[in-house]
Amino acid sequence: MSARAFTPELSAQVCAEIDRWVGKFPAGRQRSAVLAALHAVQHENGGYLTPELMNAVADYLEMPPIQVYEIATFYSMFETKPVGRHSISVCTNISCMLRGADDIVAHIENRLGIRTGESTPDGRFYLKQEEECLAACCGAPMMMVDHRYYENLTPAAVDEVLDGLD
Amino acid sequence: MPEHDLVCFATRGFDSEPWSLDNYLSVGGYRAWQRVLDGELDRAAIIEQVKASGLRGRGGAGFPTGLKHSFMPREAPMQKYLVCNSDESEPGTCHDREILRLNPHSLIEGMAISAYAMGATVAYNYIRGEFIDEPVPRFEAALQEAYDAGWLGKDIRGSGIDVDIHTFVGAGAYICGEETGLLESLEGKPGKPRFKPPFPAQHGLYGAPTTINNTQSLASIPTIILKGPQWFVDVGVEGSSGTAIFSISGHVERPGNYELPLGIPFRKLLEIAGGMLGGRELKAVIPGGSSVPVMPAGNIIDATMDFDAIKAAGSSLGTGAVVVMDETTCMVGMLRRISRFYYAESCGQCTPCREGTGWLYRVLTRVMEGTGTHADLDMLVDVANKIEGHTICALGDAAAWPVQSFLKHFRHEFEYMIDHGGRSIVAAPDAAAA
Ligand SMILES: Cc1cc2nc3c(=O)[nH]c(=O)nc-3n(C[C@H](O)[C@H](O)[C@H](O)COP(=O)(O)O)c2cc1C
Ligand code: FES
Repeated sequence: MSARAFTPELSAQVCAEIDRWVGKFPAGRQRSAVLAALHAVQHENGGYLTPELMNAVADYLEMPPIQVYEIATFYSMFETKPVGRHSISVCTNISCMLRGADDIVAHIENRLGIRTGESTPDGRFYLKQEEECLAACCGAPMMMVDHRYYENLTPAAVDEVLDGLD
Repeated sequence: MPEHDLVCFATRGFDSEPWSLDNYLSVGGYRAWQRVLDGELDRAAIIEQVKASGLRGRGGAGFPTGLKHSFMPREAPMQKYLVCNSDESEPGTCHDREILRLNPHSLIEGMAISAYAMGATVAYNYIRGEFIDEPVPRFEAALQEAYDAGWLGKDIRGSGIDVDIHTFVGAGAYICGEETGLLESLEGKPGKPRFKPPFPAQHGLYGAPTTINNTQSLASIPTIILKGPQWFVDVGVEGSSGTAIFSISGHVERPGNYELPLGIPFRKLLEIAGGMLGGRELKAVIPGGSSVPVMPAGNIIDATMDFDAIKAAGSSLGTGAVVVMDETTCMVGMLRRISRFYYAESCGQCTPCREGTGWLYRVLTRVMEGTGTHADLDMLVDVANKIEGHTICALGDAAAWPVQSFLKHFRHEFEYMIDHGGRSIVAAPDAAAA
């Protein structure tokens, strides 16, 4: 690992994080760290990936870039287009649907003036289209905002969370 | 004080940091692992005990855990792996998250014992990416505690036994819960399930013999070794040993994760969850996560919650995720949401699943939009039948079973909607009587 040339597009912090992950896998299996690498890069880049960043990850992990693009588009947590700073995912799967998730989505859409899948024009919020159940079904309805879970939501509780974001 | 009959939630009663190592030790934690490290039980003996306990996998398929562990070439000299499946993403299911958050050491100890029993020196815990904020750090902190206390690593406590456990974090894909999709993901690829055979016990992670088990299955193992397999057998009922964590959600007064003996009557379960929300009537239950067939109230109300009883009543205990629906629920809307999920999550490898799930969703959408026909209902079942059993992995079956079962038990709701231009039977003027 140490002999590898420094890749300028990735920060020292991201490189250290990737190296930590590479260390969990057998020698030569550094590709296993690609999800962790993309998480780290996306986080540092304000919530989305660019082709340059994906190329840099490919370079760093000695993978063909196409394989990194494949990963970035297969997994729902990666964004390959610019999105708002704060990512909001409302679970609308069965348990949440039974407890009023669709009303929560409507409330957020109204409040932000955008539809699911869009970001606000000021770049603050991204209302993600979430297909999966987020495994907090007993606290339905729930949402995930910047990875944090908020359960047993009401429109007022949603407002409180969103008011608290910059 | 913690309640004593709990297996995976043994530390749940502690007010302060139930997840801490000290709390875990105070309920007998790491004593089973200590016995293994002391040489009291060898590999074969551990596997025999797990077999004798009757533990069945909690990840959905209910496969006997001890038997699965016995498939590994445990004495062969090559590298072998244990992988824990904490991808938890079957809709309705949320108990593995609770184990990770509230009792991570039970999982770590279970992974250590199981890895050793199968001759694996390295284990990975594949945790879904959405758990990155709370369950992942909680599990990682527990791992660090276990290393610092000398329960993991090389030549653990002078036993000559090596076990290293690593965390892995996914990135959002239901299909990665399927065990070979999970292995692909762990190798840094899209999570597209592999053809079987070869099974992971021969050719798994990096081509090495590998066993994949669910979080709850592994977290149950320390108690089985500590209290003995017979204790576990006695807690449950014939064919379904031990406790299970039921994730009860939907139209109940107190949704929650309840660890209870398998075989508990459904009525009792409903009572524990506070009964029906607002005292309304029960219409239907999905007893094991969105993939299993839906059961009308009459079929489940007198059933017991164990593998054989739920199977006999026409469904499957699956993941133990009990989704309760009351009389106000539109079954067409439910099925359409379920079908949208499988359509979105199909990995696209197999034509019947990739194309079929899209058909199901689109046809259900047109029924809801008021442009469906009665022939559409036969087509839905026909498409579902053509997916079922014709795909590499069970996601195809999981997409088909809800369609078949909703149409079998609630066909009148679909017919009503078609006849009334998209209006749901629950919105009918005489809905209460319907
Ligand atoms: C589409 C699909 C998704 C699955 N998701 C999960 C999951 O999230 N968690 C899990 O433990 N098992 C899941 N499974 C089941 C696994 O393939 C596997 O059977 C299980 O992890 C084995 O563990 P067990 O024997 O301890 O139950 C899924 C299966 C399929 C077909
Ligand atoms: S259905 Fe919403 S978290 Fe599971």
